[in-house]
Amino acid sequence: MSRSNTLAIAAVVILIALALLPFVAEKFTVQFATRILIMAIFAMSLNLLVGHAGLVSLGHAAYFGIAGYCLALSSPQYQAANFWTSLPLAMIAAGALALAIGALVLRTSGIYFIMATLAFAQMLHSLLHDTGIAGGSDGIFIYARPDIGFFGWRAFDLEKFGDFYFVVLALFVVVFGFIGVLRASLFGRVIAGIRVNEPRMRSLGFATFRYKLVCFVLAGMLAGLAGYLAAVQFGVVNPDMLGWHFSGAVLMMVILGGMGTLAGPVIGATAMLLLEIGFQSLPAVDGINPGKHWQLPMGIAIVLVALYLPNGLTGLLRRGRADE
Amino acid sequence: MNEAILRTRALSRHFGGLAAVSDVSLACEMGQVHAVIGPNGAGKSTLINVLSGDLPASAGQVLFDGRDITRLAAERISQLGIARSYQKTNLFLPFTAFENCRLAAQSRLSSSMHFVRPALGREDINAAAQRSLAQAGLAGRGDVIVCALSHGEQRQVEIAMALATRPRVLLLDEPLAGMGAEESSRIVELLRELARDHAILLVEHDMDAVFAVANTLTVMVNGRVLESGSPAQIRASRAVQEAYLGVDGA
Amino acid sequence: MDFATFLIQLLNAVQYGLLLFLIAGGLTLILGIMGIINLAHGSFYMVGAYLAWSLSMHLGSLWLAIPAGIVLSVILGLLLEWLLIRRLYRLGHLQQVLLTYGLILIVEELRSIIWGDDVHGVPMPELLSASIPLTDTLAYPVYRLWISAVCVVFALLLYVLIQRTRLGMMIRAGASNREMVQSLGIDIDLLYRFVFALGVALAALAGMIAAPVSSVFPAMGNQVLIVCFAVVVIGGIGSVKGALVGALLIGLVDTFGKVTELPIGGLRFLPELAGMSVYLLMAVVLLWRPAGLFGKSS
Repeated sequence: MSRSNTLAIAAVVILIALALLPFVAEKFTVQFATRILIMAIFAMSLNLLVGHAGLVSLGHAAYFGIAGYCLALSSPQYQAANFWTSLPLAMIAAGALALAIGALVLRTSGIYFIMATLAFAQMLHSLLHDTGIAGGSDGIFIYARPDIGFFGWRAFDLEKFGDFYFVVLALFVVVFGFIGVLRASLFGRVIAGIRVNEPRMRSLGFATFRYKLVCFVLAGMLAGLAGYLAAVQFGVVNPDMLGWHFSGAVLMMVILGGMGTLAGPVIGATAMLLLEIGFQSLPAVDGINPGKHWQLPMGIAIVLVALYLPNGLTGLLRRGRADE
Repeated sequence: MNEAILRTRALSRHFGGLAAVSDVSLACEMGQVHAVIGPNGAGKSTLINVLSGDLPASAGQVLFDGRDITRLAAERISQLGIARSYQKTNLFLPFTAFENCRLAAQSRLSSSMHFVRPALGREDINAAAQRSLAQAGLAGRGDVIVCALSHGEQRQVEIAMALATRPRVLLLDEPLAGMGAEESSRIVELLRELARDHAILLVEHDMDAVFAVANTLTVMVNGRVLESGSPAQIRASRAVQEAYLGVDGA
Repeated sequence: MDFATFLIQLLNAVQYGLLLFLIAGGLTLILGIMGIINLAHGSFYMVGAYLAWSLSMHLGSLWLAIPAGIVLSVILGLLLEWLLIRRLYRLGHLQQVLLTYGLILIVEELRSIIWGDDVHGVPMPELLSASIPLTDTLAYPVYRLWISAVCVVFALLLYVLIQRTRLGMMIRAGASNREMVQSLGIDIDLLYRFVFALGVALAALAGMIAAPVSSVFPAMGNQVLIVCFAVVVIGGIGSVKGALVGALLIGLVDTFGKVTELPIGGLRFLPELAGMSVYLLMAVVLLWRPAGLFGKSS
């Protein structure tokens, strides 16, 4: 059986399994799966920049966070916002921020680009954290999840964890499909060319700055989608959603999974969250509680991945097959 | 006599105190091959880099079809119809030869901001890429990853990519470097054929090829033009012979 | 504001700037000479502060704690470089960011395990606990002046090391041409190890001497890290002189920004925006003068 057939069948099987999850698993598992799917969307958005375009951004959480804040600020105090207006609004806000920041940072490259993305994200974090705007360091609570009703017909109730899971799953599939299609498109080929040899692309006549900027904005908007969903799930937004710690964590997911591949970020997000929950669940022994210090084994895992898994987990799988 | 499609006036490029290219004036005409020769370090590659927009000029002008293009960026110059090949391998190494040419052909679209339909579905671009590969003598080698190609074949990909951008002017930087005799003569034939509808600026060390194909020769030494004229004139020139004394030449 | 208040703020700004310089100096050397982005650098500052607290409790005074702490942090630096950092030289920025990010997590959890998560105070040494009176009501702590003095001393030592010694020459040469230095028979691996350990020790020293005034708390490393990157960017990567100027500049902007409400062009410059202004400055430099004030333009 050809490789693409195998992959397609595997994808369908996984999708069916995911769709059946709320019927067979308990609430905690479904909520955890929802969290993984949201992080997978976030990781896919960063992979668009890091893996496909070769742009290492250390400030991607800014777009994630700003969308969450947008929802929080556009929600009436104790009532549900309208899903169909608040989601596009949040994504547009994230995209607009990415446009503004991208137009500036994309004028740099290499180490300066990394630090510029960091600087702008920190500026935003500092603005939200230090000033009284939007709740300061405490953030804002979102008391009611958005109403996904359509002219009175409510197919899903986002307050129910099962319904929310399906909505997130559907959005995940859409994003996954979109990025797959994007990679193969004319735009996607230009981005791939820019990653491999940008000067050559310019010499061939491509206005590379424009394409990088569009890529940056698309990645920002998708990060915004993830941030919106995360805000819905947790019911609170705070400045740490934009912090560099979080930007570092999602970068880890992208690299762990395998950059530049379609499934890589999804695998990376899943692995990272599983590792996190695994380390947190380590049993207490002799009064020592390793679960409390889960970031220690996590940090070690990250160091090992940086040193020994340049191609991430998908790279391992590919290498394994090549040896056969 | 055609009006020159590409012309430079007192073109110069400095790197700090070093004048890599100094006061160079030359002209390229459609249907003609203008070869630039000279010892290593003469500034030939820098000249091409300035003409293609990869490096900015320090002084002087570059005129295309009478229009001043000196300050234009590389991507604008390419879109005007000036293509170049590189001496040092500057290809998309992890891609196939076909994909390299396909990207080059794609550059001629008014915009690549299309996000949904597959790039490989554009038969017109695919056909253009295959055509340029065939023209450069690489038909059948399209599916090979470029870094697995021989050095000579990589030079051919360079030429194919330049052709895929449908240029009027070709700036070729040592296209024959590292090629065997048979490949070289094939490329020389190609150049003769291309010269009919293009203006070619050829930088080369292979003197047999140069004298076989060039209509005009410019000799550069230390960034300056030593002499410029027909092949016979250059061959007979005492000054050129002196400049080349001890250096591998005609 | 009156002169005494102004003087106090100025002294605070200089002291903050000099402290930043001590931390950022190491960061700029590591970045400029070894080409490594070290996100964990702020963590060494935190480690220094906790060392100061713990050692001064066990040894009885800060005077003993500081030399002991310096020795320990040099050892830590050498160990880290040998174990982890040297593997980063041939890897790209992505791996560096990732590995040093993982390192932050490791260092923070180890600190949590060894010393806990509480906030601590470190008592000032008696000798320095007085204050110099400036007016009837305002006095300036001697200890803060001492912090500035220590920083100045180390700034001078650093200057002498880099500009006037053979080792410094090797360091400067190693920055521009690794192969050439190697071909001269100098062991570049040892050189890099030394530079890294130096950076760690300086950051830890800053944490130690700052501990009595800034107290010792878990987030102190993260707080200071990005500001240090701002210093390095503004001053120019690899330039110690630039780090000094950048640090003092940021010290002034941050300190005076927090206490003044200047009307600038009709807008009031709110104290809360002071923190943001540092990053704004960093962004401006990155965009318009990436080489910073004293860096080499690529």
